[in-house]
Amino acid sequence: MTKNELNKVIETTLQFFTSISGKKAECGIPFLKKDNPVVLEYTGIIGISGKRKGSIYFTAEKLQLVALAKSMLEEEDVSVDDIKDLVGEIANTISGNLRNIFGTDFLISVPVIIDGEARDIKLPEDIESYVIPINWENTKAFIVVCLE
Amino acid sequence: MQYQEGEKLSNRIKILIADDSSIIRKIIQRSIVEDTFEIVGIAADGLKALELFKAENPQIVTLDITMPEMDGLTVLEEMIKINPQVKVIVISALTDKATGINAIKKGAKSFIAKPFTTEDVRSKLLKLAETVA
Repeated sequence: MTKNELNKVIETTLQFFTSISGKKAECGIPFLKKDNPVVLEYTGIIGISGKRKGSIYFTAEKLQLVALAKSMLEEEDVSVDDIKDLVGEIANTISGNLRNIFGTDFLISVPVIIDGEARDIKLPEDIESYVIPINWENTKAFIVVCLE
Repeated sequence: MQYQEGEKLSNRIKILIADDSSIIRKIIQRSIVEDTFEIVGIAADGLKALELFKAENPQIVTLDITMPEMDGLTVLEEMIKINPQVKVIVISALTDKATGINAIKKGAKSFIAKPFTTEDVRSKLLKLAETVA
């Protein structure tokens, strides 16, 4: 991935938070994923095929997803199913929006949801994976991009 | 809004919602103006959407593209073959111009990019409702 592409991923992710909540998110310093696990309470994974191959995943604290779901649904009662669905929808929306940068041959799968903290998300070892920390309303998430 | 199965008022416009995300389906449902529209079906995948389309003959469909079983653009083509008069709004995270143009070429009347607000959907639906005979 180029620096410009990474910046576009950050821009798209921050724009997503502003669009759905009206509140800005902040991006931490991106870093290369090594052996340390990068996984929080709920994760949505999108497989990428076409001209670029790999994965994009969004992993977040439950607190963040609950707050986002309340904001989107304009109601206080949010179920675990809503949260699981939302984490997949966030991964799907950010990945889909990235077609503006990567082109129409950037093909995305339906999301796979991981409920509960996994040990880690397995990604291809021969491709660099970039981790982008996201802070929103004092809650934490990461978007991880692994694209050849 | 509450969707009550079997509820039918003949003067309302029949609408079908198809999206694999339950949270998106709920947001679209909230956008529906009850006096104007009657939700006749809600589908979480492409095949179910087509099945409900054949059974309920909706006048307007909100249709996601990335769905399991059958993708939304294929569903769109099938729907247009069955009823060329149907008004389909494609709602998708795939926001590149080519995808939007492709959807319109295949017969969609409108396109809403994700993420969206209830107001975005409500205003598009009401605008489209004016074109329903």
